[in-house]
Amino acid sequence: MLLCNLISIAERVGAPRIVPTRGIPYPTGDPSLTPEAEKEWRRRLLERALEALQTVVHQPTVFQVGPATKAQPDTKAEPETKAEPETKAQEAHA
Amino acid sequence: MANIVHYINQFFAGVGGEDSAGAGPTLVAGPVGPGRRLAELLAPEHQIVATVWCGDDIASGVVPAIIDLIRSVDTDGGVDLVAAGPAFTSGRYGLACARVAAAAHDAGLRAVASMHEDNPGLDEAGTTPVVASGEVARRMAPSLDRLANAIGLLLRDEPLTAADGRIGKLARLTVMADATAAERAVDLALVRLGGDHTATEIPLPRFDQVTPAAPVEDLRTAMVALVTEGGLVPDENPGSLESARATRWLRYPIAEIDGLQAGEWRSIHGGFSTAYANEDPHRILPLDVGRQLVAEGAFGSLFGEYFVTTGNGTSVANARRFGIEWAADLRHSGARAAILTAT
Repeated sequence: MLLCNLISIAERVGAPRIVPTRGIPYPTGDPSLTPEAEKEWRRRLLERALEALQTVVHQPTVFQVGPATKAQPDTKAEPETKAEPETKAQEAHA
Repeated sequence: MANIVHYINQFFAGVGGEDSAGAGPTLVAGPVGPGRRLAELLAPEHQIVATVWCGDDIASGVVPAIIDLIRSVDTDGGVDLVAAGPAFTSGRYGLACARVAAAAHDAGLRAVASMHEDNPGLDEAGTTPVVASGEVARRMAPSLDRLANAIGLLLRDEPLTAADGRIGKLARLTVMADATAAERAVDLALVRLGGDHTATEIPLPRFDQVTPAAPVEDLRTAMVALVTEGGLVPDENPGSLESARATRWLRYPIAEIDGLQAGEWRSIHGGFSTAYANEDPHRILPLDVGRQLVAEGAFGSLFGEYFVTTGNGTSVANARRFGIEWAADLRHSGARAAILTAT
């Protein structure tokens, strides 16, 4: 699976499982955050990546990271956000 | 005299390199940087009335603001054409040039972008004209010659063809052919039989078909690999990984470490500012959180090495080879999945 920022290109080259990140120079980070918050963001990216790896896909599929949960995260629990992955069909072009 | 607005990035505007890659769109009167040579080539028939530049990191996301700036250019008779680039094989710049040209086209302006055929942004131009540039900025002079020629053709409402360097998608138009379909089919069959196996009247779009791997069934016991095209290497770059146009990939052991210390690792990628990556290498390779998740049982284990190359102007052929080699190596090593971070 692919963690990257330029989603349209990832879809075009056919990457099956894509998790969008926040900036080109830091796929698994966000320098605008405090170190603790940044590590938490990185963790959410990886958790979403692991969900993507366990999901059947048939075409390039984007797995957005859901909004942060306000409650104290229980790391053993299933993530609350279980939004259906967005799918984007390959452009049909004769 | 036609009025042209030229779109370039912060680097070619002479504003700065990666330190300025986050700068917002800016309007400048007249030609700037490569626009000066372009203006010479276009004179006296046409003139570059203004230049809009924007930082590479944000440009592809602020195209409407760039178009607003272009439309705000105050000139007699209005703007006749928007030219973008040349962007060579630069991914961020090429994406921005393609989107700016396409948006200008949608806004009713003539537009053309210039980039190399391998530029990942090419397809974003849609059917807006794109002409081929060289691979690297050393090929600026011939790239500008070709762009100027394309601008002249478009402003005279003449067709821009492959012979003029046109690349990318073409809008399909109804035209009268000089021979019937049957005659052309036979001619093409003869050309193919003569050894030209790619001759065609209808080039097919370049879709990469990737068959998705099946989901990992039991992640709690699975070994997962971390791989990256972000150019992250030990600080001394012992394998001399290229900062651009990589011809190889490297592997480094991470089995004995739980994290990547700043100063011990750095990104040598030449396509973006590596300051953030060097400040905390986990921004490229998420080893720290990977270890944490293994400890908590989210997945079985991390593969003991990571694979790395530099995705910066890297040829599609090489990139495809790296991917095949990575997949084969990981499969042989027992890894069930790979997490690829891309810049």
